[in-house]
Amino acid sequence: MIYDVLIIGAGCTGVMTARLLSAKNVKTAVAEARCDVAMGATCANSAIVHAGYDAKPGTLKAKLNVRGNVLMKELCAQLGVEVKNVGSHVVGFGDEDLPKLQELYERGAANGVPGLEIIGRDALRKMEPHVSPEATHSLWAPSAAITCPYGITIAAADNAVTNGVDFFFNFPVVSCARQDGVFTVSDGTKTIRARYVVNCAGVHSAKLAAVLGEHDFPITITPRRGEYFILDKAVGNLANSTLFVCPSDRGKGILVSPTVDGNLIVGPNAYPIEDGDDRATTAEGLAEITAGARRIMPDVPMNMAITSFAGVRATPNIYDFYLKRSEQVPGLIHAVGVESPGFASSPATAEYLVGLLEEAGLTLTDKADYIPTRRPDGNHVQFNRLSEEEKAARCRENPAYGKIVCRCETVTEGDLLDMLDAPIPAVTIDMMKKRLRAGMGRCQGGFCSPRVAVLIAERTGMGLENVTKNGGGSWLVTKRIGEE
Amino acid sequence: MTDKKLIIIGGGPAGLAAAVAAVDRGMDPHDILVLERDSEPGGILNQCIHAGFGLHRFGEELTGPEYSGRYIAMVRERNIPILCNAMALNLTADRRVTFVSPETGYTTLQAEAVILAMGCRERTRGALGTPGTRPSGVYTAGCAQRYVNIEGFMPGHRVVILGSGDIGLIMARRMTLEGAKVLAVCEIMPYSGGLARNIAQCLDDFGIPLKLSHTVTQIHGRDRVEAVTIAAVDEANGRRPIPGTEETIECDTLLLSVGLIPENELTRGAGIDINRATSGADVNQFRETSAPGIYACGNVLHVHDLVDYVSEEAVIAGTAAADRILGKGGSIVKSLPVTAGDGIRYTVPERIDLTADPEDVRIFFRVRDVYKKVQFFIETDGGEVLVKRAKSAAAPGEMESLTLPAEKLKSLIAGDCAGIRVYLKETGGKAQ
Repeated sequence: MIYDVLIIGAGCTGVMTARLLSAKNVKTAVAEARCDVAMGATCANSAIVHAGYDAKPGTLKAKLNVRGNVLMKELCAQLGVEVKNVGSHVVGFGDEDLPKLQELYERGAANGVPGLEIIGRDALRKMEPHVSPEATHSLWAPSAAITCPYGITIAAADNAVTNGVDFFFNFPVVSCARQDGVFTVSDGTKTIRARYVVNCAGVHSAKLAAVLGEHDFPITITPRRGEYFILDKAVGNLANSTLFVCPSDRGKGILVSPTVDGNLIVGPNAYPIEDGDDRATTAEGLAEITAGARRIMPDVPMNMAITSFAGVRATPNIYDFYLKRSEQVPGLIHAVGVESPGFASSPATAEYLVGLLEEAGLTLTDKADYIPTRRPDGNHVQFNRLSEEEKAARCRENPAYGKIVCRCETVTEGDLLDMLDAPIPAVTIDMMKKRLRAGMGRCQGGFCSPRVAVLIAERTGMGLENVTKNGGGSWLVTKRIGEE
Repeated sequence: MTDKKLIIIGGGPAGLAAAVAAVDRGMDPHDILVLERDSEPGGILNQCIHAGFGLHRFGEELTGPEYSGRYIAMVRERNIPILCNAMALNLTADRRVTFVSPETGYTTLQAEAVILAMGCRERTRGALGTPGTRPSGVYTAGCAQRYVNIEGFMPGHRVVILGSGDIGLIMARRMTLEGAKVLAVCEIMPYSGGLARNIAQCLDDFGIPLKLSHTVTQIHGRDRVEAVTIAAVDEANGRRPIPGTEETIECDTLLLSVGLIPENELTRGAGIDINRATSGADVNQFRETSAPGIYACGNVLHVHDLVDYVSEEAVIAGTAAADRILGKGGSIVKSLPVTAGDGIRYTVPERIDLTADPEDVRIFFRVRDVYKKVQFFIETDGGEVLVKRAKSAAAPGEMESLTLPAEKLKSLIAGDCAGIRVYLKETGGKAQ
C-alpha cells in the first residue's frame, strides 16, 4: 500500500490537514508518535481562538489567524463541538500602555479583524466587573472565541477516519528513505509508504526535517514552556471574556479567561527549555502566574484551583510560521514553527498546506460520498449536553446512559461505550478524559478512574494491568493480588 | 415512579441509618426511597476491609463491610426500598429531586422531606498545586484502596504517602501487607490528622517513617512516577519548604491522604447555606438545613472521625425528617445561633431551634490546634456559663462534644439570650 499523503504529527495542524484531504479522492495516513491525537501543544494551551490583531500584517500568521478564526467556528458547528464567541480584551494599565494598544488596533485593522475597538475604564468595568480597578483601557476584540482545542482536534480526526484516513499511533518516525518518488518512513520496526509527506511534528518538527532528508535546515525550534492553573467551575464566571495583559517583550503575558466548559483558566508564563517533552510545572512558575493573574484580577481565588499543567510551544528562530515545500526533497512539505496562534490558525493552515501539496503536483478532486460528521451516523452528543427530555429519551433507549460513572462531570457508561466504539477508539484513561471530561472535574478522577479503567479492560479484553493513563509506560496497576 | 414522602440521597452509613431511624419513628417504609449511586448500598465502607468500626455503635470491632452489612440488614428487615446505580443530579429548595438510573431512567420526584447523605470526596493533587510532571501513579488513598480491595490489583511497588489522614495510614499498612514498600509518610503539619491508634497500628508496627512538618515539593517521571522530592516546611513561614532540606525518593507511586471535602454540589445547587469551616450545610440540632424539610447528616455535613458518629447523627436527621412528615415536631419558639469561639474551628449544629419543651442537645466541635490541657465552655452571649468540662488533651483530628441539658435550654427560652458560644481555655499549654 502506498499512500498519496503521509502527515507526520497528529496535533491540530496535522489533523486539520488530514481532514481536508479526507474530502478528496486521495489516500491519506497520519503517523503519530504518541497514543492519541492532540498530545503536544494542542492539548495544553490557552484554548483561545484568537481574533488576529497580534501578528504583524503581511505575515502568514496574520492571514491564517484571521481566516482560521472564521473557519474554526464553522468547523465546531459542523462537528458538534462547543465554541463560545466571548471576545477578548487586551487590558492596559495607564497611558503608557495606550501606544501598544493603538499599535495592536492598527495591526488588527490591517489584518482584517472585525469589530476592534479601544474602550475606556468604565466600559471595560461594565463588561468585566472583576477586572483590576487599575485597568484604564482595553482593546476589545469581539471575534475572539473559546473552544476546546483537543476536543475539536479529536472531532476532526474522527471525521477524517470516517472518511478513510488511516492513523498510525505509537509510531515515532526514526528514519526515512525516498526512492522512485515514494517515501518509506519507519518507526524502527514498521514502515509506511507515501508519495508526499507533510511535517507537522510541532516541537520536534525541525529535528524531524533532518530525518526526512533536509540538510542544513534553516529553522531551529526552541521549546518554550508555559504553565497554567484551572479553577473550579464555581468561579468560572469571574471573567466574561478572555482578559490579556497588554503585551511586553515576554509574549502576550498572563491571561485570565473562562473556558468553554465553564472553568477559569489562568496562565501562561513562557520559559525556554531543553527538552520539548518536558511538561513539568514548577513552584516558581506557578507562583509567577498567580502573581500575574492577580495583576489583571486582584480577587482571583487561586484556592479554587483544581489542577495545574504546562504546555510547550514550538518557537522558531523566525517571526512567522514556516509553511513551505522543501527545496531539497521533492514531495516534502514543512509546517514548522507553528506556535501561537497555531491552534486558531489551524483550519486555515490546513488549507494552505493542501495548496502547497497541489503546487507540488498532487491532484485533488472532491470525494462524492464525503461524510461531514464525526461518525457515519452523525456527531456524538454527550448525555450531559442533552435537554431533560432528550436525557429521558436516551435512558429509555439504552439504560447504559442512566448509569453515571464520572459524577463530577455527569459522564455515563453509555458515553464511555460510545467512545470505545468511536472512529478512533478511546482506550486510555486520558483518552476518555479528553473526549468526555471523565476525571476532569473536582475530584480529578479519584472516583471514576478505577471504574473507567475496569470498563476499558473488560470491553477491550486487554486486562487491567495493560490499561494506561496516557500510553507508553503510564501503567496503572502492577499485577492481580495473589499472582506472582 | 411516584412521589415519595422522604427521599434519602446516599445509601452509605449515613443514609442507611437515617432510613432505619425514620421507620423506627413510625414512617411507612414505602413512603421512603434511598438513592444509591453505586451498584450496592454501603458507600465507602464497602472498600474499607480493615477492622475498627462499630466499637461505639455495636460494642464490637467490625470491618467496613460488616458494619454496613448490619445496616443493610436492618433496612431489608424494614422493607425500605433502595434504588442502586441511581445518581441524584439536581435538588431544589422545595424538595424536588432529579435522578437518573438504568432501572428508572431520568426521573424527577417531589418529596416532603429530603435527607442529604452524599458523603465526601478526597482532596486531590490539583487542589494542592504540587509542581512537577503529571505521570500515572499519583492516586488519592481512597482510589488506591479501591484498586486493591475491590478490583484486586496493586497500584504500585514503591510508595510515598503525602498526608497522614486515616485513609493514608490504613493504605500504608494495606500496601505493605500486599508486598509493596512504603518508604515514607509525609505530613505538612507538626502533628498527624489521623487517629492515634492508626499511627501505632499502621505505621509504627511496620517501621514506616512518619515525617512530620514535611511535604512533597516535586513529582518526577514522564509516563509513570519515578521519584518525588520531599522537604521540611517552615512552621513560622506559612509552611513553605525550607531550601536545602530537599530529599529525592525513588518510587513509582504517590498516594495522597490530604483531606476530605463534603460533597455538597447538590446542596449548593439548591441554594442552601453552607458553613465555610465545615464545607457542609448550616444545620440546627435536628440537622435541618436552611431549606425547610431538607436535612443533612454524615460526612456531607462535616467530616467525621468514626462511622459510629455518622450513624448517630443520621438517627437525629432520620427521626426529625419522620417527625416533620408525621406532624410530630413542636413549633419553634426561639432560635439561637451557636458560634465557634476561641480555639474552636467549627460546631455542629450551628444553631439551636428551641421548642417549648426542648430535649438535650449534643454539640459536636473540632479544636483548632493540638492542646495538652484544656477546659471547654458553652456560654451565653450574656456571659453565663452553661456547660464546662476539662480535658487532658485535644487535637483537630479528634471530634469533641458537649451536651447542653434540656433544663438549661428551657431556661433560655424566656431570657434575653440571643446566642451561645463554644470556646476553650488552655490550662496546660500547647503540646509539642
